[in-house]
Amino acid sequence: MSGTYLGMPAFPVAAGEAVRDTTLRGNLRHATHTIRDKRARAVAELDDWQQLRAAGKQIKDDVLRHLDHYLVRLEEAVTTAGGTVHWAADADEANRIVTDLVRATGETEVVKVKSMATQEIGLNDALAEAGITAYETDLAELIVQLGDDLPSHILVPAIHRNRSEIRDIFTDAMGRWGRPAPEGLSDSPAELAEAARLHLREKFLRAKVGISGANFMIAETGTLVVVESEGNGRMCLTLPETLISVVGIEKVLPSWQDLEVFLQLLPRSSTAERMNPYTSTWTGTTDEDGPRTFHLVLVDNGRTDTLADEVGRQALRCIRCSACLNVCPVYERAGGHAYGSAYPGPIGAILTPQLRGTDTALDASLPYASSLCGACYEVCPVAIDIPEVLVHLRERVVQGGEVTRAGNRVTLRPAKGHAAERAAMRAARWALDHPAALRAGQRLASRTRRFHPRRLPGPGKAWTDTRDVPAVPAESFRDWWQRTRGTGAAATGSGTGTGTGTGIESREGTK
Amino acid sequence: MSTRDQVLGRIRRALADAQREAAPARGAVDRGYLRVHGHRDAAQTADLLAENLADYRAIVHRATGDELPGRLAGLLAARGARRVVVPPGLPERWLAALQDVERVPDSAGLTARELDAVDSVVTGCAVAIAETGTIVLDAGPDQGRRRITLVPDHHVVVVRVPEQVVDSVPQALERLDPVRPLTWISGPSATSDIELDRVEGVHGPRTLEVVLVTD
Ligand code: SF4
Repeated sequence: MSGTYLGMPAFPVAAGEAVRDTTLRGNLRHATHTIRDKRARAVAELDDWQQLRAAGKQIKDDVLRHLDHYLVRLEEAVTTAGGTVHWAADADEANRIVTDLVRATGETEVVKVKSMATQEIGLNDALAEAGITAYETDLAELIVQLGDDLPSHILVPAIHRNRSEIRDIFTDAMGRWGRPAPEGLSDSPAELAEAARLHLREKFLRAKVGISGANFMIAETGTLVVVESEGNGRMCLTLPETLISVVGIEKVLPSWQDLEVFLQLLPRSSTAERMNPYTSTWTGTTDEDGPRTFHLVLVDNGRTDTLADEVGRQALRCIRCSACLNVCPVYERAGGHAYGSAYPGPIGAILTPQLRGTDTALDASLPYASSLCGACYEVCPVAIDIPEVLVHLRERVVQGGEVTRAGNRVTLRPAKGHAAERAAMRAARWALDHPAALRAGQRLASRTRRFHPRRLPGPGKAWTDTRDVPAVPAESFRDWWQRTRGTGAAATGSGTGTGTGTGIESREGTK
Repeated sequence: MSTRDQVLGRIRRALADAQREAAPARGAVDRGYLRVHGHRDAAQTADLLAENLADYRAIVHRATGDELPGRLAGLLAARGARRVVVPPGLPERWLAALQDVERVPDSAGLTARELDAVDSVVTGCAVAIAETGTIVLDAGPDQGRRRITLVPDHHVVVVRVPEQVVDSVPQALERLDPVRPLTWISGPSATSDIELDRVEGVHGPRTLEVVLVTD
């Protein structure tokens, strides 16, 4: 990927731009609604979904509670099985390790399986600086790479592109990266998939180094697990001579048996399938089958800081299924790019400010990129209470407080320009305890919405389409956005649909 | 200090609030979820497997042990396969009826490029999961190295019914050895990357045929 998130505007500005892009909105709406209904059916097939979900949460909580223990066991098991384990405290260190490992092979090309961790650390750019070309092989990542674009969804990074845009990107760019797109390529998904097959096959067959992430790592056995659909993962995991897997430290699971929970939760939550087409597991290296050399790079990069936060640490349970994105009314309208990181949507709104801190306007605004409707929590297969963490992080931005950064305890001062949110927070707390007031606010919000056709929606209409029971609210995302967008001047119509109708008046207070 | 010790130290400080036991406690997880969804006899389980495989566009056939060689030869002929890669431990009898088909034995020397010039592959499997329509390969002698079921565009897999069929994911994991490299296959290669709609066929075999064999 040659795009960059650096210097992105704060969420409200970026989201405002996205909301005006009607193609993007149409693409997102179509895709997320398609998957939403299918997911609901896939989940409904299992009578014990809630027990599985509870077990998933408990397993992950146990992992986090004993993370040091499990990582040491994992390291032992991977090493015994013939792998080499490396530790990286931050993105730079991880990139350096991987770059050195690739250099040591003498190769200048690598094939990559889609991996959130390598997106997060900006590995492709670091490799490019070292003269190493990383070929993305997941179809959506390929679309992003060829389009010189940024990913906008965890599972389907090119979700913001529709089929005819994809056709144009392939026709235009494939020739510059390798085998050109077939003549007269149409926009039928089957033909587009075929074009990707032909384009990438040559790269797979000659690849000497593969780079992957992993969905799970088993401490007991040293086994890594990659869940995928297309077979590009299998190609990268089995054909090269050297395999380098870059994985966040929170991805460890205690035992082989734990997979019985996650291999049921993940595919149904993610692609709405009973099982995804391909899952690969490997333990170290195997004689004459697959890579002869295996490196595992364990990445911290803000995870231990996140772990230090008693409320926020639950974000580390995330298995990156993307269900929370697909149900989020704010994501649907704003698009993934507005979140300014590899992690968009509700999970990004709680993970990014914890991994990176809230020093930039963008990162400080992320906890507000939500209407607190609660749909994300409801679908989350590991029961991350995203609204709870959002409220917690808003409080942090507004009031400051103790946080951990790069392993050190530091005290954050209240963010400038966020003084108003202290009041908003009080409103949020109050509203959480007073659902009836909330309901009234939402009705007001949805009645007045038609007067603001180009604005992000409040918590009113979007989610009452799909849910009967109102959950949270607060100063809604829309209110905050209205009030602060552009120069921070109050927008017109700030008296309408303020959610609870409280809190906003005191915005000029400084403390 | 090494980065390893630095990261482990950060974890320990981060969890200072947690009042942890020295080691993880047993029973931290309530495994009250189901081992099997629903009640089925062996025949019904095989039917469910067939149904779920077909739902994800695998082509399902049934045969007795005696019919198997003829059936496999027929499938390869229908595909027009000239060259078939064969795992070292595939039962001789299975391919006894093949005519005019070159057998390419799987060996360490067989490169990815050579595999790309092969039409089909025939394998056994380690276990099949009815509830999810999944075939699991464990690189055993009748399955060969992982790459031989990946590069050719046509994969024919034989499942022995009922002994290789389990109901559920938990049952499958009990039977599998994590030390072996495993490939779980649920239908042919597919993608949801264009508008989140599933289409079959990207990099793995685009045609998956499953023969359920009963004796
Ligand atoms: S937060 Fe939950 S729903 Fe969202 S991606 Fe992570 S696991 Fe999935």
